[in-house]
Amino acid sequence: MQSFQEIILKLKRYWAERGCVVQEPYDTEVGAGTMCPETFLRVLGLEPYRVAYVQPSRRPADGRYGDNPNRLYKHQQLQVILKPAPEDVIEQYLGSLEAIGIDLRQHDLKLEEDNWEAPTLGAWGIGWQVMLDGLEISQFTYFQQCGGIDLDLVPAELTYGLERLTAFLQVKDSVYDIEWAPGFSYGFVRHADELQYSVYNFEMADIATLWKLFELHEGEAMRLLKLYDPKSPGKKRFPLLPAYDQVLKCSNLFNTLDARGAISVTERVGVIQRVRKMAVGVAQAWVDQQGGSAAAEVTQ
Amino acid sequence: MKPPIIEGTPNALPADPETSPQMKRADVETTVEASGLAQRFLLEIGTEEIPDWMIPGALENLRLLFEKLDLPHESLRLDATPRRLVLRAWGLPMRLRDREERVQGPAKGAPAQAVAGFAKKQGAQPEDLILEVTAKGEYYSHKKRVPGRPVKEILAESLPGVILGIYFPKTMYWTGKGGPRFIRPIRWIVALLGEDIVPFEVAGVRSGALTSGHRRLGAREIAVTATDFEQRLRDHYVILSAEDRREKIVREMTGIRIKRDDALLGTLVYLTEWPKPIVGSFDPQFLELPEEVLITVMRHHQKYFSLEDASGKLAPRFVAIMNTDGDPQGFIRSGNERVLRARFNDARFFWDSDQKKKLADRKQDLSHVTFQAKLGSYLDKAARMAKLAAELGGDAHAVRAAELCKCDLTTELVKEFTELQGVVGGLYARAQGEPDAVWQAIYDHYKPESMDDALPRNRTAQIVALADKLDTLRGCFGVGMIPTGSKDPFALRRAAQGVVRILVEGRFDLPLTGLIGGDDNLRAFFDERIRYYFKDIRGFKYDEVNACMASGAGNLVDLAARLERVQALRPTPDFEPLAASFKRIRNILEQAKFTGGPFDAALLEPGPEKELHDEYLRIAGQPIESAIAKLRPKIDLFFDKILVNAPDERIRRNRLALLHTLRVEFSKVADFSEIVTNL
Repeated sequence: MQSFQEIILKLKRYWAERGCVVQEPYDTEVGAGTMCPETFLRVLGLEPYRVAYVQPSRRPADGRYGDNPNRLYKHQQLQVILKPAPEDVIEQYLGSLEAIGIDLRQHDLKLEEDNWEAPTLGAWGIGWQVMLDGLEISQFTYFQQCGGIDLDLVPAELTYGLERLTAFLQVKDSVYDIEWAPGFSYGFVRHADELQYSVYNFEMADIATLWKLFELHEGEAMRLLKLYDPKSPGKKRFPLLPAYDQVLKCSNLFNTLDARGAISVTERVGVIQRVRKMAVGVAQAWVDQQGGSAAAEVTQ
Repeated sequence: MKPPIIEGTPNALPADPETSPQMKRADVETTVEASGLAQRFLLEIGTEEIPDWMIPGALENLRLLFEKLDLPHESLRLDATPRRLVLRAWGLPMRLRDREERVQGPAKGAPAQAVAGFAKKQGAQPEDLILEVTAKGEYYSHKKRVPGRPVKEILAESLPGVILGIYFPKTMYWTGKGGPRFIRPIRWIVALLGEDIVPFEVAGVRSGALTSGHRRLGAREIAVTATDFEQRLRDHYVILSAEDRREKIVREMTGIRIKRDDALLGTLVYLTEWPKPIVGSFDPQFLELPEEVLITVMRHHQKYFSLEDASGKLAPRFVAIMNTDGDPQGFIRSGNERVLRARFNDARFFWDSDQKKKLADRKQDLSHVTFQAKLGSYLDKAARMAKLAAELGGDAHAVRAAELCKCDLTTELVKEFTELQGVVGGLYARAQGEPDAVWQAIYDHYKPESMDDALPRNRTAQIVALADKLDTLRGCFGVGMIPTGSKDPFALRRAAQGVVRILVEGRFDLPLTGLIGGDDNLRAFFDERIRYYFKDIRGFKYDEVNACMASGAGNLVDLAARLERVQALRPTPDFEPLAASFKRIRNILEQAKFTGGPFDAALLEPGPEKELHDEYLRIAGQPIESAIAKLRPKIDLFFDKILVNAPDERIRRNRLALLHTLRVEFSKVADFSEIVTNL
């Protein structure tokens, strides 16, 4: 039986052999691997890039106190970006499944329409959910827009749900029964995490404090964005990456407030707009800073 | 083998007159002559997986675009799988003969400038133009000789445009910004005319003679000819024809008692290249959950057919359609079973935990759920609905159902399976001991969701459904949210259509005007839905609908009854002549701008005029069915003998008043002047 970590190692090796930079997880909380600068900013502009990394992704509302066998507050995604997408990108993806021991001739594989959209990032793409024997194991997306900007090169984003994939391979009904490493179960490694964050996110997070933090991070991001001067000769050293971290903080705070039930439906739209404004601002400035198409057109 | 066409014109082809380009380009006349031996043509657009629901439309569009090329052919066939759109045509000529094209220009009397302009556009001198006599007069026209060309050349030139011209509801680019757009990336193209490759390039892909088989059971590159294409694909586990795939699925499910679901079957046919059914099972303990929930999970989330036992009850088994040839190890079956088990466990968890808080106790929670920013929360909506339900004649059960029917929006089960809203509320209400009338009304209150859907099952449920829809319509129109074109986010058309159906088919004797308030926009919106319902759904003729609606559309039950009477009257011999006379009456009154005035019987001339009036007095108030035969000869005679526009103003106005009276009296069922007659 392949352990969780063996599967990850094999996938990383597979993509390393196909020219990917193998990155380590980003060190700020994110809701999905897409939000890491390695994807969100790198897909912009004309520079080809290939990267693969595992990203622990936090979805506060999906927490279930460690009780539900399929739902997690934090799950691990393997995120692969191939920019631009090679012609045989689907074949390469299928090859990665074979590399972890799935004989696709013995299984049922379907690509079912599933277009991806992240309103807080001004990003969307066209693609599929990959269904293996009725189980969604990956999301496959051709990015079209990011930060409200039409992309010059169209990247393929492959997102593997690692827990699901491993449960599939290890034939486990509960994610907590997955073997992470020989002798260590997923539950042993992560259960406390799931329980305590569920308690915090649903019961104990202080709403006023979270709002205050949201406003502080938002203020810092907006302050920096206002200072960015596209005409400045020293613009290359301007801290846009730190500004983007502030956006990520806001995004995670928004998700936590949402899970805490502190955001009404009407407020929701407004807060999403605020995060989007920051993300789009960073993306536009980033394209300019990289010296790409200066006239990055933002489509609202 | 099809007989070769040596010569032919497009007019000899079975062209659909609606779509035939010749018919549309009325001002261009062409004679196309073909020559050379008949050829087969094959076009395969190889793509990554196209969304199943878009495929049939794309094929129809491809057919249309090909037919616009105006190439003579004997027959045409379109096929598709998720990874290929295929067009095959038989009997194409090798080349088109020289032809003459004649383009009609301005009329003879047109200014010289216009004539010169036309000549210039045609690449000719004004003196090259000829004058032609047509039915409409003399016109300049230009004749030019268009040299014939090899069909291969024409195809090579036009196919890129044909391919990229196929309409899809949502497209993408993949070769880079500004690149071509298609539904999904194009990865290969086969284009063969007879034995030859039709050479062209689309999105960096060169046409050739190599296709691709099933992603895992077939080869990636397969050499094909126009003749062996379909068989070669089959050898590589691709069944090209959707009909064949459908037939295979149905055949291989013979003997299994599935709940028939043609829409799901259609989806699966276009999700697979080599479909094969497989039967799985689930723990019978899950059958404790409501069937509605189990079926939704299987149908909408897993695309499984559900099975029933001999008594028609849900059986603990399902059929999944694989896109492969078999499952000798049982991996696929057990994998699908595991996924379903997890989903059912989720559903059971929600079903149990939702019930810890009764539906009735969730009412206040609705204050946090926004219905629409300007229209408040669902709590506000529920209060309005309850009031409306009472106004519509609903009893205490209807009022309670109206108050509770939106509460399921706060349950986890509905958050997970939004398509079950209403149904879930009904199920919880039943489980929590609400009376039948209440839970059934909650369960049914979104009905009818389409033209085929049943009405809510009883009076109480119908009243609650009406209250919901009317509140949404009045609210949205009140704040200016009026659907335009395809934009209808609150599904107001469906809501209005539902109201019309419930009122008519539920025989609600209620004035629509009262139900929708005095909103003119909403009234116009309803008129459109009423017209659509009676014309397109019920099959009344459009002029019958116009005629009856002109006499009032305030009460839809009454309108439906009048429509039936007019429909029954229509074939009777007096109907059309009388309708023609009413049209004449209307025209005369309109021309005279006469909208009523005093009538004096003493001014009537003896003879046809007086006879008409006497007849009117005899039959006024009688049903139109018996009046019509008596009225017709008198009116005919009147128009035959009497000049309405009498020189004496008093007499003229008196005759107009007589006609006006007739029109008013006999337009209570329908305004017969709206009937289109052949007279």
